[in-house]
Amino acid sequence: MTDRFSPGTRVQTCRTDPSHHSRLPRYARGAVGTILEPQGQHPLADDRARGLPCDPLPVYTVRFAARDLFDEGEHSVTLDIWESNLMPVEGAEVDQG
Amino acid sequence: MSGEHHGTDATLAAQVRHVEALLEERGLVDPAELDRALEAFLARASPANGSRVVARAWLDAGFRARLLADGNTALVELGLSMGGGLQEQRLKVVENTADAHNVIVCTLCSCYPIALLGPSPTWYKSEAYRSRVVREPRAVLAEFGFDLDPAVAITVWDASAETRYLVLPRRPAGTHGLDERSLAALVTRNGLIGVAAV
Repeated sequence: MTDRFSPGTRVQTCRTDPSHHSRLPRYARGAVGTILEPQGQHPLADDRARGLPCDPLPVYTVRFAARDLFDEGEHSVTLDIWESNLMPVEGAEVDQG
Repeated sequence: MSGEHHGTDATLAAQVRHVEALLEERGLVDPAELDRALEAFLARASPANGSRVVARAWLDAGFRARLLADGNTALVELGLSMGGGLQEQRLKVVENTADAHNVIVCTLCSCYPIALLGPSPTWYKSEAYRSRVVREPRAVLAEFGFDLDPAVAITVWDASAETRYLVLPRRPAGTHGLDERSLAALVTRNGLIGVAAV
């Protein structure tokens, strides 16, 4: 599958708090950030940890302003996030590639 | 903050032994093979590798550009690789500049570029470091005795998937004329994680 998001795209992370293992840290749930770069495709660890079948999915480095995560701070935090945990921000440019 | 979190290593070791036992019980790993692979991997894994990479990048602008563009391919030039474990991990090298500083963490567990830095220090795996450095990196750096210029922007890289990160520190002033070995000797493990200047 091809990458859905290109660098510079604004994205929002999932809000849900699943009971199982998730590689989307809680502090970054529902946050809006910017795609920095794609980093290839990997099986979704959330599924693999539960023994579920999982095809490789695109993973992206996403940059967040600390203020958007913690309501304070001048720094940035980047996270590596699987595509299925990201959605486009409404009204933002999305490259359909 | 190092040294404050006694017991972390023992707790982790117990958890790892438990997982290992489960994997062996289900026939997913052969204990002898696991020991051999770990021994061979750890014999080569050392912060000296990371220091060499940095010294070469300081001396060779072409290597530096290749390293920042594609860490895995550039490592091969020094006879190094990220393939020492079960699968090759993607390496992303992040460069400190006059305006920007980088710090590495894994808030979910303890992901770390072991091939280039050796086993991680206890504080790196502590809940205190993992939870605080994303929220207040400047204060955490100060606790390491590193007072970063307030004008320098900080990026904290949380390794939450399959990429491993390495910081390329700034070359210290007054090191003109030093060869690769002498430059490598200036680089510390903490500098490669981003909690020290070099």
